[in-house]
Amino acid sequence: MQQFVNLTLGGVITGAVYAAFALALVLIWRSTRIVNFAQGSMAALTTFIALSLIEGGQSYWVGLVVALLAGLVIGAVVERVVIRPVEGGPELNAVIVTLGLFIAIQALISVLFGVNQRAFVPPFSTIGFKAGDFTLALSPNTLFTLGAVLLVMVGLTALFRFTRVGLAMRASAFGQEVARLLGVRVGRMLTLGWALAAVVGSLAGMLIAAEVSFVAPTFMDSLIVFGFVAAVLGGLDSPIGAVVGGLLLGLALSYVRGYLDETLVGMAALVILVVVLLVRPGGLFSTTQTRRA
Amino acid sequence: MGGGTATADAVLSVEGLSASYGPVKALDDVTLRAEQGRITAVLGANGAGKTTLLRTISGLVRPTAGRVVLNGEDVTRAAVEAMVTKGMSHVPEGRGVIAELTVDENLRVGSLFRGKVGQDEFDRVYDLFPRIKERRASTAHTLSGGERQMLVIGRALLARPKLLLLDEPSLGLAPRIVAQIFALLRKLVDTEGLSVLLVEQNARSALSVADIGVVLNLGRVVVTDDAARLAGDEDLRHAYLGF
Repeated sequence: MQQFVNLTLGGVITGAVYAAFALALVLIWRSTRIVNFAQGSMAALTTFIALSLIEGGQSYWVGLVVALLAGLVIGAVVERVVIRPVEGGPELNAVIVTLGLFIAIQALISVLFGVNQRAFVPPFSTIGFKAGDFTLALSPNTLFTLGAVLLVMVGLTALFRFTRVGLAMRASAFGQEVARLLGVRVGRMLTLGWALAAVVGSLAGMLIAAEVSFVAPTFMDSLIVFGFVAAVLGGLDSPIGAVVGGLLLGLALSYVRGYLDETLVGMAALVILVVVLLVRPGGLFSTTQTRRA
Repeated sequence: MGGGTATADAVLSVEGLSASYGPVKALDDVTLRAEQGRITAVLGANGAGKTTLLRTISGLVRPTAGRVVLNGEDVTRAAVEAMVTKGMSHVPEGRGVIAELTVDENLRVGSLFRGKVGQDEFDRVYDLFPRIKERRASTAHTLSGGERQMLVIGRALLARPKLLLLDEPSLGLAPRIVAQIFALLRKLVDTEGLSVLLVEQNARSALSVADIGVVLNLGRVVVTDDAARLAGDEDLRHAYLGF
């Protein structure tokens, strides 16, 4: 029972981070029909930038804010400079470009920060709360992780649902040509979408780094796989689907880790991906699966 | 108003416009005008270049030759997004609702570029189209074809256009709904000074509401004349309009 409780808690926490990362992928997919494979290395880069500040004596919070701002800038620049020329072209072009970017940014991190693992000190204690004699897999730091992810989700929902810019972004995502005819500056909205996605990705990077207590140029590689599976599980088009998909995947992988074997986790994620694609290729929450017939 | 006496001021004038899709010439030296307070109907068979004409006027397709002049301003190279600020709204073919947004959100997108817009303007659109008022909170993909057409026309009106471009508004709609929509257009033109450039395959309905007809065939203007005279010209009707 205690094991089950802790595996569930652990699943929810890693699931929340997968959810944030999946949300970043969904934001970009919705607006540009591109899966951004560079999301992981972009987030690794911003986490390294934060780490150098923290190692240089700044507080974690300065590092976090700088990481998010760096994400905003990198996301916007990547969209304008690298993605814009392949937008609207054959889909494979964009896939290859983001894969290339993934490798290029990872190489850049190695050049700038070295290839070694570096310790990352979490902002809060990682010692679990106690319930009697039983130590829960829930610590002040994991509460912070959960809270941060929740805040981002509420923030994005509010942005899309209640603001003019959010409406313009949704219109641009769902009906580019119509939006342009209605005077919406679609190009700007796409740039903003990439920038926001990169901010969310950067946050996921900072949270993961604190959970695992280290960073390396490749430390986000597994997260791109898990984030992608979570996004597909939820239906790539649906922000809510991304969140639910992330949580489901986090739980499933946590149980696999606890009850089966640690080494099966990666394979389990891919099995889930294959099963979802076979059984419900539109994902659990896709509302627009018939649009692209 | 109505009827077609001599010349009025041109809201839009298209001069020698040509456009191509690769080696295929879709528009060939097209010249026409949309006059202030009139409905101008561009007619022709499938593939005559009607949709391309509207898309080129809006800037979605770039012309290979010719000019587009809107209210005296050369807008041939203007950005698509800017046209609506210059007083022109283009309702594209296939209804152009954003299916994932609600009816209300679709309308709001149409007014975004104007900044804050009072609720009274939305109410006015809903008064014109009570059918969509009932559906205001529904997602647009649940609307019928007629409701979608009402929504996109209402949305275009929220931009307060001087000139409305309509691409095949009758496509796939029941005759009764077509008559309703055309009657409303007529009313807006007569009472509010709106000008309309309408592209239609359904020549009979279009000529019954329009002031001026332009017949397009294989990308070229064949004839421009008073709508009533065109409807009465049997040879022309048989040759180009199919009724």
